[in-house]
Amino acid sequence: MIYILIVAGVILAYLWFIYNTLVTAKMRVSEAFSQIDVQLKRRTDLIPNLVETVKGYAKHEKELLEKVTEQRANLMSAKGVEEKAKVNNQLSETLKSLFAVAENYPTLRATENFQKLQEELSDTENKIAYSRQFYNSNVLDYNTKLTVFPNVFFANLFAFKPAEFFAATEAEKKTVEVKF
Amino acid sequence: MVLFVVFITTLVFVFSKALGYSPLGITGIALIFAGLTSIGSYYYSDKLVLASVNARLIKEKDNQTLYHIVENLAIGDGLPKPKIYIINDESPNAFATGRDPQHAVICVTSGILNKLTKSELEGVIAHELSHVKNYDTRFMAIVAILVGFIAIFADFFMRSLWWRSFGDDDNRSSNLQIILLAIGIVFAILSPIIATLIQLALSRKREFLADASAALLTRYPEGLASALEKISNDKNVLRTANNATAQLFIINPFKGKSVKAWFSSLFNTHPPIEERIKILRSM
Repeated sequence: MIYILIVAGVILAYLWFIYNTLVTAKMRVSEAFSQIDVQLKRRTDLIPNLVETVKGYAKHEKELLEKVTEQRANLMSAKGVEEKAKVNNQLSETLKSLFAVAENYPTLRATENFQKLQEELSDTENKIAYSRQFYNSNVLDYNTKLTVFPNVFFANLFAFKPAEFFAATEAEKKTVEVKF
Repeated sequence: MVLFVVFITTLVFVFSKALGYSPLGITGIALIFAGLTSIGSYYYSDKLVLASVNARLIKEKDNQTLYHIVENLAIGDGLPKPKIYIINDESPNAFATGRDPQHAVICVTSGILNKLTKSELEGVIAHELSHVKNYDTRFMAIVAILVGFIAIFADFFMRSLWWRSFGDDDNRSSNLQIILLAIGIVFAILSPIIATLIQLALSRKREFLADASAALLTRYPEGLASALEKISNDKNVLRTANNATAQLFIINPFKGKSVKAWFSSLFNTHPPIEERIKILRSM
């Protein structure tokens, strides 16, 4: 009788341990995700300033500027990892085109405001990349813990689902064409 | 940490009772002194080291490139951004200290800023951040306390032999007792040395770990590898380093003194640079 109790106790303790490990890993994943949000917000805050600066000098680029503004709005309303990743990548592409186009306007490039914005946006892109990396490494940790033996049996019991990686889309992986 | 202090205190109490001394004897005082100095140096590690090497604090506008590198790598590791200091010295080197990521400090020399490319500098900063992330300062502090405890205890044992009167013991199994006593004396003499060797071996292992964590963070081990190469080939010697702080730096600042012979190399705090570069380049 006492042996059964001991075995049951050990199993329960093990379940407790697995549950806490998974919960902790999941919390880290959501924290890392909100860190990405912090960086994305930094970028969306910088964009109106950029649009205003460019508008003053590059009146012919109205279409591009509108595209930037539209995608910025999309990013702010996007929810969930997959949607945010997709819209984020679209916005990065458009910003790249915008900066490439700005090469045609030397007066714009010379303004201190534009240079500062360019630097800050470039730094923000780096920060977004690093926060993505951190998020992905946490997702890797969590998903691994979910799928190794023997946790894989208990994950269903506790209704844990694997998290998604913040991935680059196919378009982003293609080399960027720079047309002059 | 608390558990460790309680454990050590209990151990000392038990041993001193077993040997017939009052627990509040000289051992207790020695332990308290060792504990206070270790704990003090642990909590104020950042201030102590920075004061001894004459460094100045950097804000974002002072050196934007360096500031952004540190900030971005800290985001990549999910750490709060550490305080950044610069030492004015041509010799390229860097170190990190602080008891946990919230109180971390990273310090670089002006030489390293001038001589390394951006990806090499990123490798070095990633290595220092990895020391912070892996709680290496806390780890080495605990190890130092353990080593100190072993040294105190060995000393205590030797002293206790002096004061025992051998006539009190039974004549039964006295041969065994003499053998055990001889072994005990040998251990008491050797144990501080062995403990120090273990401490140095652990320090080397943590350096390898920091190299590996840095490669994982930057996803570019070649950056750190070529940085180590450049730093090791540089002829300048760091003026403000001394023996106490030498082990914190990324490469031993007393370059001329690092020995290749097997036995003496056990006493290096850092692993040999060629080996570190080889391991990084094979990743």
